[in-house]
Amino acid sequence: MYLLILWLPLLGSILTGFLGRFLGHKGSSIISIICVFLSTLLSILAFYEVGLLGINHYITVSPWIEVGLLKISWSFLFDSITVTMLVVITLISSLVHLYSLEYMQNDPHLPRFMAFLEIFTFFMLVLVTSDNLVQMFVGWEGVGLASYLLINFWFTRLAANQSAIKALVVNRIGDFGLSLGILTTFYIFQSVDYLTIFSLIPLYTEYYLNFGGFYVSGLTLIGIFLFIGAVGKSAQLGLHTWLPDAMEGPTPVSALIHAATMVTAGVFLLIRFSPLIEFSSTVLNILIVFGSLTAFFAGMTGVFQNDLKRVIAYSTCSQLGYMVFSCGISCYNISMFHLANHAFFKALLFLSAGSVIHALANEQDMRRMGSLVKFLPLTYSLMLIGSLALVGFPFLTGFYSKDFILEVTQITLNNNLQNIQGAFACWLGNLSVFFTAFYSFRLIYLTFINSVNTTKKIVLTSHEPSLLMLVPLIILGLGSIFIGYLGKDLFIGLGTDFWKSAIFILPSNSYFIEAEWLSVNLKWLPFLLSSLGILLASFINTTKIHVYLYNTFYRNMCFLVNKKWYWDILYNRFFVYPLLNFGYLVSFKNLDRGFIELSGPYGLSRVVTTWSQLFSNIQTGQLSHYLFFIVLGVCLFLITIFNQIELIIFYSVLIFFI
Amino acid sequence: MLTFVNNTSTSILLFLISVLGIFLNQKNILVMLMSLEMMFLSISFNLIFASIYLDDITGQIFSLLILTVAAAESSIGLAILVIYYRIRNVITVELMHLMKG
Repeated sequence: MYLLILWLPLLGSILTGFLGRFLGHKGSSIISIICVFLSTLLSILAFYEVGLLGINHYITVSPWIEVGLLKISWSFLFDSITVTMLVVITLISSLVHLYSLEYMQNDPHLPRFMAFLEIFTFFMLVLVTSDNLVQMFVGWEGVGLASYLLINFWFTRLAANQSAIKALVVNRIGDFGLSLGILTTFYIFQSVDYLTIFSLIPLYTEYYLNFGGFYVSGLTLIGIFLFIGAVGKSAQLGLHTWLPDAMEGPTPVSALIHAATMVTAGVFLLIRFSPLIEFSSTVLNILIVFGSLTAFFAGMTGVFQNDLKRVIAYSTCSQLGYMVFSCGISCYNISMFHLANHAFFKALLFLSAGSVIHALANEQDMRRMGSLVKFLPLTYSLMLIGSLALVGFPFLTGFYSKDFILEVTQITLNNNLQNIQGAFACWLGNLSVFFTAFYSFRLIYLTFINSVNTTKKIVLTSHEPSLLMLVPLIILGLGSIFIGYLGKDLFIGLGTDFWKSAIFILPSNSYFIEAEWLSVNLKWLPFLLSSLGILLASFINTTKIHVYLYNTFYRNMCFLVNKKWYWDILYNRFFVYPLLNFGYLVSFKNLDRGFIELSGPYGLSRVVTTWSQLFSNIQTGQLSHYLFFIVLGVCLFLITIFNQIELIIFYSVLIFFI
Repeated sequence: MLTFVNNTSTSILLFLISVLGIFLNQKNILVMLMSLEMMFLSISFNLIFASIYLDDITGQIFSLLILTVAAAESSIGLAILVIYYRIRNVITVELMHLMKG
C-alpha cells in the first residue's frame, strides 16, 4: 500500500505520457485522475496508520549503491512528517489534476500535461518518502526537471522558455549546495541514511573541520549547505527570482509547484533535518535572518505587483519565509503545520485566480479586471476565503498556523533571552502580516469589486467555470476553512505526540509553552496589523484617496517595488552578464579557442611550418655558406667530443640561438 | 731532428690555412681546388710524419694512397670545372646558387 502511493502516479505518468496518442484526451484524463485519486486515498490511509495510530513504516526495496562504506538502498521511510507531506501533495495534486481537466480542455497537448503533472507528483513523493539523502536528491532533481517541463509546457512561447530555464538554473545553484551538503554529510558521518545520521549527530557537536588552520563546525557546514539547497528550492531571498517568473506556466502548474509541492521541498528538507540544525545555532540564526527578510521583502513586493498570479507568487515567497524563520526559532512542527495549511489556501488562491483568468479570456493584469463579483460570485467567495485564510483572519486556517508563528517569535522580544535575531524576525514578520493583508485585499478589490476596466465583450462572456473546476475549488475552500482548526491539536497542540521522533527540538531552544502565556497585547498585534492592512486596502480602493497618493516619492517607491527592488536587474548586471561575458570572452575565446589551441593543434602546426621554412632557408645555394655550415658542424662536433659538454645543455643553447 | 710539436703544428697550420682558403674564397673555384689539394698534402704530411715517429710503414702506405686519390680527385674536379665553364662561361663561386633549399 505504501509503495503504491508512489508507483501509481509513476504508472499514470508512463501510461499517459507514452500512450497519450492512443488514449486521447478522455482516456488519459481518466487514467491520470484514477491514479492520483487512488494515491490520495492510500496516502490518507497512510496518514491514519502512521500519523494517528503511530506506526512508523520503513520499507527497503532493493540495494542501489554498495561501494565500501557507502551503502545506499532504495528504501522508504514513512513517519509523521512524510505522511503529512504525502497527504498534502497527493490531495493538492489530485485536485489540480481534476481542475486542469477543464482548464486545459482546449489544449492539444493535454495527455502530455497530465503526464508531466503526474511525474511531478511522483518525484515529489520520492523526495518526501526517501530515507537517505541520495534518494532524496533523486526526487529533488526530478522535481526541478518536472518544474522545467511544466513551466515550459507552452514551449512555443519565448517567455515560457526563458522562465523555465531560469527556474531550472537558479534551482541548480541550490542543488549544488545540497549536493555539497550530501558529500559533507558522507564525509563526516560515513553514511547518508537519515536514521544513522540523526542518531550520530549529538556525538558530533564538537566536530570541527580544519580548512588550513580555520576551524569550521561540521554540523554548521552541513546545515549551511542544506540551507543553500533550501534557498534555491524554497525561493528564499537571494535565489527567489525564479519563483515569480515561473508564473509563465499554466495556472494549475503554478498551483501545484508554488502552493503545495515544489517550493515546500526546501522547507521539508529543513524540517527533516531538525536533529542536525538544532545543534548549530549559527544555522538557526541564518534561517531566522533569511526567512524573515524573505517574508518582508516578498510581502512588500507583492503590494505593487499588477499581475494576478505574480501577487500570489510573491505571497507564496513571503509565506515560505515564515516557514523558514519558524524553523529558525526551532518550531519545526509549526512550520510543518503552516506548510500544510498554506498548501490549501494557496492552491485555492491560485486555482481561483485561474478561474478568473479563464473567465476573462486569459487576461492576467489586475488593472484590466474589476467588478467580477457580479459575474463570478462563487469564485469571488472562494477567493475571499483564500485571502482571509492567508491574512490570518481568526478561525480560518491561516490563523492557527501563521499567528502562532508570530506569537512564538514574540517570545523572543523578551529581554532575558537576548535573542536579537528572533526580535528581528518578529518585527519583520509582523510588518509582512500587514503587507500580506494589504495585497490580498488589493487583489480582491482590483479583481472583483472595483469598477470594471476591460472591454464589454470580455465581461459579458465571462462565466463561472463548470462543476469540474468548481469541485476542487470548493474542496480547497472547505480545507482553507477547517484544516487549521481540525489539525491544530494534532500538529501543534500542547504535548502532542504526533511527531514522535520525526522532529527533534533541543529543550533549551524550545519556547513552545511560553507562547501560551504571552501578554494579550502582543497576541493581538498580528490581528490588528492585518486588520489595518485590510482597512487600508479597502480605504484606498473604495474612496478616491489614492488620487492624493500620486506624488513623486510614492511613484518612485511604487516603481522600485514593482520592479521587484531591481533584484533581477542587479542580478543580470552583476552576475548573469558578467558570467556570460566571462564564458564567451575568457573561457571560450581566450582559453578554448585561444591559448589552448595556440599551444595545441593550431599553434604547433604553425611552429612546424615556420621552423621548417627557417631551416630550408639556411640552404641558400651558396657554396660558401654550405662550407661554413660544414666547418661549423665539424667544429661543434669536435668541441662536444673533446670537451664532453653535456649534450642537453649544448642543444638547448643551440635551439635558443636559432 | 724533427720534433713532434713542430711537424704536427706545421701540418695543422697548413690544413687550417687551406680551410681558410676554401672558406674565405668567394670568387674563384680554382683557388678552392688548390686549397683542397693543400689539405690533402697537409694530411699526407702528417701521416708520413706519424709513420716515422711511430716507426710504422702504414702511414706512408696511406699517404701514397691519398696521393693517388688526390690526383684522381683533382682530375675529376677539373673535368667538372671545365664542363661547368663550357656551359656557364664563368667560374665565380658566388654565382653558383641555382640549388636553393
